[in-house]
Order: sequence, then structure tokens, then C-alpha cells
Amino acid sequence: MKFLHLVVANLGRHKRRTFLTTASVALALFLFASLRTVVTTLRAAAQFGSARRLVSTNATGIVFPLPLSYANKLRTVPGVGAVSWANWFGGKYGDNKRFFAQFAVDPESYLDMYPEISLPEDQKQAFFRERSAAIIGRRLVDVFGWRLGQDVTIQGTIFPGDWTFTVRGIYTPTDKSINDDMLLFRHDYFEERLGRPGVAGWYVVRIDDANQAGQIAKAIDDQFRNSNAATKTGTEQAFNASFATMWGNVSLLMGTIGMAVVFAILLVTANAMMMSARERTREVAVLKTIGYSDRTLFGLVMLEAGLIALTGALVGLGGAKLLYRATNFNAGGFLPGFDVTLDTLLLGAGVALVLMLASGLVPAVQAARLPVVQALRRVE
Amino acid sequence: MALVEIRDVDKSFQRDSERIEVFAGLSLDIDEESYTALMGPSGSGKSTLLNLIAGLDRPTRGTVRVAGAEVSSMSPGQLASWRASHIGFVFQQLNLLPVLTAYQNVELPLLLTRLSRKERDARIRIALGVVGLDDRLFHYPRQLSGGQEQRVAIARAIVADPTLVLLDEPTGQLDAKSSQDVLALLRRLNEEFGKTIIIVTHDARAADSARTVLHLEKGTLIEREGAAR
Repeated sequence: MKFLHLVVANLGRHKRRTFLTTASVALALFLFASLRTVVTTLRAAAQFGSARRLVSTNATGIVFPLPLSYANKLRTVPGVGAVSWANWFGGKYGDNKRFFAQFAVDPESYLDMYPEISLPEDQKQAFFRERSAAIIGRRLVDVFGWRLGQDVTIQGTIFPGDWTFTVRGIYTPTDKSINDDMLLFRHDYFEERLGRPGVAGWYVVRIDDANQAGQIAKAIDDQFRNSNAATKTGTEQAFNASFATMWGNVSLLMGTIGMAVVFAILLVTANAMMMSARERTREVAVLKTIGYSDRTLFGLVMLEAGLIALTGALVGLGGAKLLYRATNFNAGGFLPGFDVTLDTLLLGAGVALVLMLASGLVPAVQAARLPVVQALRRVE
Repeated sequence: MALVEIRDVDKSFQRDSERIEVFAGLSLDIDEESYTALMGPSGSGKSTLLNLIAGLDRPTRGTVRVAGAEVSSMSPGQLASWRASHIGFVFQQLNLLPVLTAYQNVELPLLLTRLSRKERDARIRIALGVVGLDDRLFHYPRQLSGGQEQRVAIARAIVADPTLVLLDEPTGQLDAKSSQDVLALLRRLNEEFGKTIIIVTHDARAADSARTVLHLEKGTLIEREGAAR
């Protein structure tokens, strides 16, 4: 510790350079944490899902609807305990600068299917009673300042026209994988406005025994195999994973970009450290003359690199953790539960350590091996 | 009693394909509490001799002993630790670390010791007081004159109470007044504090302040003046 002021003084020699180097490390680790969190959030979303829920979509593709009449047929499949359905709405609100998802859902069965969507009983009943009622996630209250009883008009894109809903409930997800910025409105209102086409975007089925998921899914698909709209049924997890894979091989892309950024910053930092060490050849020689051993000098240079990496890590990783938490960031609803995990922080700390070793090692070894007499002669 | 014993020392350098002989069979004793000036033309081996005594360089052959320790056979680690407790070194210029204050520069050798912060503080203040800079403790080198910088370097060289103080052209970059101050200080360190001092110099006035003057030419000791044996 008694050498700390010497290390700090050396870092203060070129304040701007030290600041920029530290900022580069901080930025690299911030990006690393951000990109990795995209990957971990997508992975978590893909793994989310109750083992007791199956999702049936149109076998041709999720954009094609299924007949509403399938609901009763699904209830008759052995092992099926409950059925609900939903439709993607895809409307926009105001200037559309802030995207959020809207779904038309069957109120009673949907809220029964998803106990993770929690709202007060009186608000739930209001949603069940009023045809144009909607419930919204708490985040939408923060974003738009909406309140209970307020009329909200959404402009339909897939389903044109102005759709006005009355906010009758504000839900809070009890599981972070459930978006807290959705607007859910009644499917019967949706049907009514569209002239009762009798369609559902997908079905959600609760089964009695999770171990029977495969057989029940097959039984459902077999039932509709020869109909106009064959189904494709799978676990909720697989359904969520299919959304994640719609992004393509995001994990690989994000991982590659993250590592490329870190590597680029590593070169910048290593270059700055080497430049700094080269400028101090004479001083290193003087310290050796005073009696500073090769090991001590090696340690001092590594400590400098360590301080830069540590400060950069604290700012970059800590900043990412605090920023995303404070802003409740979820990429406009695409990445619910976006939070820098402990694993990411630890991995980031590991990257910072590698950064320190890689950027400090060469100048530290150079300082330790510097032949005093030649160094003094070179400068003189 | 000889503090520095140099016996049959050869020293040569390889510069490209050329081999340069600096010393061949040099032997020399320097007494404890002496004040010796090494003079001679450029390339005569003065600085090399100083580096050999300080353990900064090794002889090609022969032995260098300082205070009974054979410097020429020590490992780099042993040499560093030995230098920390036995040698105070002052260069012609650029002695000080520009990012540290006079106080912090003088503290550098003490950071290698087990002294407490309080003990270090006391020693630093004494050393800077001895060189007459107790009012410049927290000035950076850029805020000091050339002469003051050299005096801080001397304070740093004596703060750990070394066996031997070595100075390589300490007045080479100073004006007459500053040179005089530095030389008076060295004389005082020798006479009042009993420090053994070896100074390499081209400056006749600097040599005059020493009690012994050794003339080197082409690696050979050609003349002794003063009280040296």
C-alpha cells in the first residue's frame, strides 16, 4: 500500500491519456455486459415457460390464425385441463416512439392460465365485465402516465382503425419473464370490431401432467391434422424459444461483437501502457539505482494496469448493472427481465483481469528487465 | 580502512563488432569517510568505475568489494537490496521523478525499508533540512531550480543513511553559484556527517572540494592527489 501514491502519481502524469484509457476499458466492459445480457435474456426467455402449458399455433406459421372453434375441441383432448387463446394486435400509440405489445385475450381463461399476471381482484372483475376494458403493465403507467379509468386509443396497423380501450386494471408480473409493458384487451371486443371472423392467433393449453406433454401435444395435432388449419403444438418453452430464434443466431453475433470490442480495447490499453512505460525508461533506471528490485518494478507497473482495469471494470460493469436497473430497460418490451446477471459481472471481472494482464505484462517485464547502465546511457 | 576494494578488475564492452576495453587489471582502495573525486577525459572509465562500485554493472574479471561485501558476485535481487541500504546515487540530471514532490522523491528509498510512516517523515524532513530545502518539501521538480533539484537528489541519496554516496557529474548542469552550494553541501556531508563520497567530475572546482583526487586515463589510474593511499 505504501507504493500506492507512486502508482497513482504515475497514472496522473498524463491525466487525459489515463482518463481515455480507463474510459475505453469502461466502455468495452459496458458493451460486453450489455451484449452478453441480450444473450442471457434471450436464453432465459427461451427457457421460460411452465412445464404444464402447451402452445398450439397454425402449422403453416404463427402469422396464420386458427379457428376459434378449436377451443371446445381442445378441451376434450384427454389430459387437457384448461384452454385459452390470444391474438397479436400490433397497434401503435401516439407518435409510436415507444413500442409496446398489445394482445387480444380471452379475459377469464387467460388470467387463470397466467397467474403470474397479478392484479387486484376488483380490477380483474372490471376487466371481465366491460367489453372495451384493457389491463396494462405497470411500466406503461410510468411511461405514458396512464391511470385507471382513462381511455386510450391505439391505432391498428394489422387491424386498421382507432381502437379505444378503457384502462381498468394495472398488473404487476410476479415473474420477470412476463413483460410489464403489455396491454391486454378482450378478445370478444376484438372479434366484434372485426365482424366476428372467429379466429385466434394461438391457443394456450394447461395440462394435468407435465410428463404427458409429448403425448398430449401429439393428440392435439392429430386431431386437426386433416383440417383446413392443422396445428403445431409444443411446450411453452419451445414456443418462446422459437421467438428467440427469430432473431437468428443472436448469441453468436453478440458474443463475437463483444469479444471483438474487448480485443480492440485491449490493443488500445496495451499500447497506452507500453507508451507510458517507454516514456519512463530513465525513471525506471533511477528507481533501480535507488534499490528497487526487478520484482518491485514489475509489481508497480502491473498495479498501474490493474488500477486502470479495476476502475474501468467498476465504471463499465457497475454502470451497466445500475443503469439498466434504474431505467428498467427492456428494449421496448422485446427483452423482458433485462438485467445484468451476477455471472455476467463475474465474467466481466475476468475479462478485466485478462485485460490487466495482457496490457500490463509486456511493459512490466520490460521495466523489470531494463538494464540500468544502458538505460541511463541511452537517455543521456 | 578501505571501504571500497577493487582488485584486478577488467571491464570491456561489445559495441557492434568492436570490443572496447575500459579497464585492464585495475586495482584501487577507497577509504571509509573519504571524499574522493574521479577525474579524467571522456571515455576514461570514470562513470563505469562508479557503476561497478554501485553494483549497476559487473566487471568482466576481478572483484569489487564494498564494506566487506563482494558486489561483483551478487545476484540482481541481492544487488537491489544491497544498493537500497548501502548506496546513495546522484546523477548529472533528471534524478527526480517529475510526478512526485521533493518530499515524495526523498521518500522513495525509505519505501523499501520497514520504517513506519512517522519514522519516514522524520528522516525525510531531516534530509531535506540538511540540504537546506526544508521550505520546499511539497514542491515538484518543475518548481525547483537546477541546484535545488540536485540538492533534493542528494537528500534522497543520504536519507537511508547509506554506506557510500556516489555522484556522477553532479554539478555538470549547474551554474557557478548552484555548483558552489552543492559542493559545499558535499563537503559538509563528508566532514560533519562522516559520509564516504565518490564524485565523478570534469569540473576542477568540484575536484578541489574533494580530499582525494584520482585521475583516470584510458582505464588506468595515472595519478593520486591528496590523502588517498
